[in-house]
Amino acid sequence: MNIHAIRAIYRFEMARTFRTLMQSIASPVLSTSLYFVVFGAAIGSRMGNVGGVSYGAFIIPGLIMLSLLNESISNAAFGIYMPKWAGTIYELLSAPVSYVEVVIGYVGAAATKSVILGLLILGTSRLFVSYEIMHPFWMVGFLLLTAITFSLFGFIIGLWADDFQKLQVVPLMVITPLTFLGGSFYSISMLPPVWQKITLFNPVVYLVNGFRWSFYGKADVNVVVSAGATVGFLLICLGIVWWIFRTGWKLKA
Amino acid sequence: MTSSESIADAIVSVRGLSKTYKSGFQALKRVDLDIRRGEIFALLGPNGAGKTTLISIICGIVNGSEGSVTVDGHDIVRDYRAARGLIGLVPQELSTDAFESVWATVKFSRGLFGKAPNPVYLERILRELSLWEKRDAKIMTLSGGMKRRVLIAKALAHEPRVLFLDEPTAGVDVELRHDMWQMVHRLRKSGVTIILTTHYIEEAEEMADRIGVITSGELMLVEEKHSLMRKLGKKQLSLQLQAPLSAIPPGLESWPLELSDNGQTLTYTFDTQGEDTGIAELLRKLGELGVDFKDLRSSESSLEEIFVSIVRGRA
Repeated sequence: MNIHAIRAIYRFEMARTFRTLMQSIASPVLSTSLYFVVFGAAIGSRMGNVGGVSYGAFIIPGLIMLSLLNESISNAAFGIYMPKWAGTIYELLSAPVSYVEVVIGYVGAAATKSVILGLLILGTSRLFVSYEIMHPFWMVGFLLLTAITFSLFGFIIGLWADDFQKLQVVPLMVITPLTFLGGSFYSISMLPPVWQKITLFNPVVYLVNGFRWSFYGKADVNVVVSAGATVGFLLICLGIVWWIFRTGWKLKA
Repeated sequence: MTSSESIADAIVSVRGLSKTYKSGFQALKRVDLDIRRGEIFALLGPNGAGKTTLISIICGIVNGSEGSVTVDGHDIVRDYRAARGLIGLVPQELSTDAFESVWATVKFSRGLFGKAPNPVYLERILRELSLWEKRDAKIMTLSGGMKRRVLIAKALAHEPRVLFLDEPTAGVDVELRHDMWQMVHRLRKSGVTIILTTHYIEEAEEMADRIGVITSGELMLVEEKHSLMRKLGKKQLSLQLQAPLSAIPPGLESWPLELSDNGQTLTYTFDTQGEDTGIAELLRKLGELGVDFKDLRSSESSLEEIFVSIVRGRA
């Protein structure tokens, strides 16, 4: 294992994060605060409780998930896309590193950043609503698992993308709609019966509900199913990354 | 004509290497090449000849289609860690990070190649390349020549034993060129093997121990520089005549002589390989014929002329 290489990549990526502190940390925190003001305070005060928790508290896990997914994907995608775009990827390809080390470095850094962000949003929301976390270990577990899985997914997008538009299209056109329709702001039980069935095909439903369960002990789907679905997606992403590096797809001529 | 003899103690050994790109373009055709430990090897060839492809395969950036490469006995595919750890690459393109500092990027390179941090060594490299003053500068603020220096520093950060310089002096000013060649000599002294590609033939002529010529993906020849120049080089003796001649004097028709400059200059072309150049005899005969000259000059054909004749000979 080339530990020095993992450390080098990880530090390089984290340095990029801290260099762009405003963009990478401050702006998601600000936008989440705005969600709280609008949905939590203004609208939430007229909503009443959802499943025994106040609406403001109810949306916290969903909001964290929203940022976690978007940031994990865009971070990791950008991290590996930039060297491809700038041509500096030659160094990575010519270095004595295995794909496992490359993935640990890039995905590890992207996931770290997302987790920090998730915790920051959690802290920020404390300013607006009070909440408790019933299963803190599960909460941290879901946070890590989701951050790693979607950083891996973002890494794949970064490898696949050959222009900036492709880099943006998946987070914007796929992830954001799925998150909004994934029960971040509502309980599935609020939907008409037909949509309750359809929405179960949305993978984000499982993420949000698993995470929400760790907060309030209640969710629309079983927590084991949630965790299983996330791990399943993680394995799929790992398989794809393994295949990409084995074949050199989009990396080596 | 892949005329590379097998070298027992080769540090880089290329065997039957072919590369066909997806487009169907065959960039390399069964190349065999041995690079000697500690030598400076220049790979010459026109654009698109396959120089960069060859280097890219050895360094692991491009996958070869057929054949094998070993670096110090390590196969570049099966034993890629050991092989790549020995190699440093300075690419042709000025591909650098924009926002990183010089120090950070050099430190990154060293780590990426699996070496423990060594600030003392990195400082030495940066000082040698006149980059020390710029260590905290963002790379994007540097000039093109400085960026080239950064790429060299990155390639040397992990103390490689084999250094590839792909067109190192393209678009580089005189000062950097000079610095760079001094550095190449220093590296060679410390036992580093250097493989460079270049368009500038005078560079190869000045620096290299051996020269390989590649065109259309085929290694045309590999030769000691001196023997190559001896073998293919021609010398010319030019005589500035006292009085112009209207024709080659009788008795000298069989000599490879040429009159030019309105009969003012007589040029004799001879092979450098033969022991007897024939100069003494020619001058004696000219003396007998009463042809006087006021000046004489001999010149050797340059590597460039040799190179052009090889490439033309193929086409």
